Amino acid sequence: MKINVPHIAKLANLPLKPQEKDKFEKQLSEILSYVEKLSEVDTKDSETTSQVTGLENITREDEVSPSLTQEEALSNTKNKHNGLFKVKAILED
Amino acid sequence: MKLNELTIKRAREGLRNKNFSSVELTRACLEQIKKHNKNLNAFITVTEKKALEDAKNADQHINNLAIGQFNNYPLLGIPIAHKDLFSTKGIKTTAASKVLEDYIPAYDATVVKKLKDAGAVIVGKTNLDAWAHGSSGENSDFGPAKNPWNTEYVPGGSSSGSAVSVASDMCLAATGTDTGGSIRLPASFNNIVGLKPTYGRVSRYGIIAMASSLDSIGHFTKTVEDSALFFDITSGQDIFDATTLPNPTESFTKNLEKGIKGMRIGFPKILKENSQELEYLGYFEIAKRLIQKLGAELIPIDIKHEECAIACYYIIQPSEVSSNLARYDGIRFGNNRENFGDEAKRRIMLGTYTLSAGYYDAYYKKAMQVRTLIKKDFDEAFKNVDALISPVSPTPPWKLGEKISDPLKMYLSDVFTVTANLAGIPGLALPIGFTKNRLPVGMQILGPHFSEAKLFQIGHAYEQATEWYSQKPNL
Amino acid sequence: MNYKPVIGLEVHVELKTKSKMFCSCKADYFGEKPNTNTCPVCLGLPGALPVPNKKAIEGCVMIGLALNCKINNFSKFDRKNYFYPDLPKGYQISQYDQPFCTNGYVYLGGETNRHLPSGTKKRIRIRRVHMEEDTAKLIHQGQDSLIDFNRSGVPLVEIVTEPDFESAKEVVEYLKKLQQIVRYLNVSDADMEKGNMRLEPNISLMINDKGLRIKKTLPKYKVEVKNINSFRFAEKAIEYEIKRQTEILSEGKTPVQETRGWDEDKQKTVTQRIKEEAQDYRYFPEPDIPPIRFSDSDIASIECIMPELPDVKMQRFTNIYRLSAYDAEILTRDRKIAEYFDETTVIGFHHEIKRKRIANYIINRKIDINKILPAELIQIIIKDNQKSSLDEDKLSKVIAQILIENQKAVTDYKNGKVQAIGFLIGKVKQHFPKADTRQIKNVLEKSLK
Repeated sequence: MKINVPHIAKLANLPLKPQEKDKFEKQLSEILSYVEKLSEVDTKDSETTSQVTGLENITREDEVSPSLTQEEALSNTKNKHNGLFKVKAILED
Repeated sequence: MKLNELTIKRAREGLRNKNFSSVELTRACLEQIKKHNKNLNAFITVTEKKALEDAKNADQHINNLAIGQFNNYPLLGIPIAHKDLFSTKGIKTTAASKVLEDYIPAYDATVVKKLKDAGAVIVGKTNLDAWAHGSSGENSDFGPAKNPWNTEYVPGGSSSGSAVSVASDMCLAATGTDTGGSIRLPASFNNIVGLKPTYGRVSRYGIIAMASSLDSIGHFTKTVEDSALFFDITSGQDIFDATTLPNPTESFTKNLEKGIKGMRIGFPKILKENSQELEYLGYFEIAKRLIQKLGAELIPIDIKHEECAIACYYIIQPSEVSSNLARYDGIRFGNNRENFGDEAKRRIMLGTYTLSAGYYDAYYKKAMQVRTLIKKDFDEAFKNVDALISPVSPTPPWKLGEKISDPLKMYLSDVFTVTANLAGIPGLALPIGFTKNRLPVGMQILGPHFSEAKLFQIGHAYEQATEWYSQKPNL
Repeated sequence: MNYKPVIGLEVHVELKTKSKMFCSCKADYFGEKPNTNTCPVCLGLPGALPVPNKKAIEGCVMIGLALNCKINNFSKFDRKNYFYPDLPKGYQISQYDQPFCTNGYVYLGGETNRHLPSGTKKRIRIRRVHMEEDTAKLIHQGQDSLIDFNRSGVPLVEIVTEPDFESAKEVVEYLKKLQQIVRYLNVSDADMEKGNMRLEPNISLMINDKGLRIKKTLPKYKVEVKNINSFRFAEKAIEYEIKRQTEILSEGKTPVQETRGWDEDKQKTVTQRIKEEAQDYRYFPEPDIPPIRFSDSDIASIECIMPELPDVKMQRFTNIYRLSAYDAEILTRDRKIAEYFDETTVIGFHHEIKRKRIANYIINRKIDINKILPAELIQIIIKDNQKSSLDEDKLSKVIAQILIENQKAVTDYKNGKVQAIGFLIGKVKQHFPKADTRQIKNVLEKSLK
């Protein structure tokens, strides 16, 4: 076992059914074993690449443009109340 | 020839000369959809009413346009489709996932807007592997799209429905996204042309993100020339996407007729154990010989780190996926996270794991370093050649269900395509023939960053010599 | 046993840019109808992408410069991944290993620190100053929590200190100083009650063993306190925590590593969340935003547009203007008042009005600087001078009387004992306590001729 599926699922906010755990554990472990071949690549002097465009300093001017209306903003939610999105109570922290 | 079978170029000529109207053209596409979508499952949403309205407006527009103004609307009255990953204001956008089955965007993706402004008529939203996760099209929560050449086979994914819709003449062109091969693979499985542009050349704004540093926004057309025409519209800097780059001022069609005489074109020195099907690889050998015949010089090239590209890709991509799919919590839109399918769950967990404390360096950071090496390999290669050709897929289309229970096996079908995404370079997939079972085979032409015009040049020369596009599936 | 508090601070300051951090929705959400300042970007709709606000980045760098930080030539944004209903994307765009500003410091005056002699200064190290985005506002209502995304994506600067504070008073002094600085820079209102300046102290205690100072390891636990929305709460909450932890430690136990919240009604901190393990935020470089590179001249040009900061102003007022530290401190508290003072002194200079006199007017007479222009204030002072001069007749009469009554001093003065005039001035002042000494002296000298 390479991966603690319940722990990762919790971190990923994914509700799993009990029967899914074993299946995912097997599949994910297989994939992880495969991708581990990267450890053989010599990357001693290699920089990391997280973007490929070479762009830098792309910003926008501090200008305001129209927002969505309240109705548009709330148009896809199933739970709303007085112009606000509604969720089950959560503890402040 | 039926109207819906036309290329964009021919359809424009017809519209301009008033040989037929946009309404007639659009109706022909809608009828084709009506006739075959049940069987092929290319569309998730068909916007018939709106399409006909838009076509009517386009016809009026054509009638009112002064001479010379026609060119200002390069897609005026042309029916196209969008992968259901593109936000379309007022039109349901599902990503083929139950999570978004009712989601109606309040805004248009930049590309959708650009195409609208060019006059295009949208006939609908096409099927895909949910969230663009997949190589076969089978991961759709709304059932798989089928290969029009043989409906027992997969059409390739993830942009399955877009490829099928163009191949089966339900529209003249369709948009797609390519994060690891999702345009090139289905293009090659459907005997059509698919462009994966240079990363950053087409705005990603409004297109549901899969893996942000790899997502490339492209399209499917019947011919290379159509692909270049379409790219003239979609490409260019967007103030809403900080990773986009400015465009050249000239049209991408400018080099089409120049031929490839004297070009240096690389091919993979060894196709390694990446493909066991020798018969299939034979088609690529034939394509190589034709390239040579057309006057190019063939040069064997070794992309040293190609063999670890899949491993590299399947770390970076799920990591970004895990973060990009975090917004789907069912609060502001859509359904809650229980509704993710298995493949999305796998990628979310895989990515969460590779980014998590204690594993980041061994997985994500390592993969970003290997990515640098792969990019360098291509930089080196392109010092020596104008472009590279290679197969798109290690195998011809496979049967529905064949790989679905083995995720790793499915991932390995991306072996020839993911390198372009890791390096951010453009790739053009185009047909090179059929297997003896009459399933399409394609190849891809890869070039350095911003070399799309050259890819079109090579592709067009090849296409003119082969005319595979004239072959139509027997529906 | 004697314990020494070890306190570090994380302060969040909301910038008052016109638009939000990564989209062009209006940033000022105060008093707005809920969910009216939102767009696909700050609602985290599918497909939306962030584009950073240049002005906000400048504001962050200014704060860094004002806190004596190094501005890094290369920095980037990162994603901080966690789930909470107020975080629409499921990640916050923040900065992780390459923030805009690092390694700064500020000095606190010695007055609040009993360990240091008065007049010496204490250095508080600033670990980092970075840029991020605010979350939405949660409103708790019975069985439900309601969410307003107007605040989502408002530019937020996080300022993190090293654990250098040793008392609640030091913390409050630092906070006031930080508030003053960002207000001088005009990048934030930094109003704690409105929530645009937020404070999260982490507090622990170590044994104050003076003989064993070599091993200066930090305590093994940390208590974070939230829900502090005024300087007064900050002081009370920290003092309460010190007391609470001292009691636990005195019993030979270790306080639990946790997040606590200040409860103003109960006047104590209460447990909010016990941290069994560190949160795993899975940071990685934000792929949607290209990195930011500052050349030295970029940094210099930001520095150029920064105003004179309170510390420097204070020094100028005391060293060059020769104001008392007390007066200088009051005048520099607010940038507007300090600038008003500066402007008034320039005009006053032409009328030979001393800076000290101007300072007295501003401080003691509580001049409304929004209503009275600097030139008007000078006119007021001149008029007041003349008013006292009008009484010169009365003054001469009194002086004549005094000269008759104090013949000895008159004789002394006339015999060359010039200092005798001081005695006479004193006598006159008994009649005119408010009169200008110089004026009395002038009239006296005339009369003695």
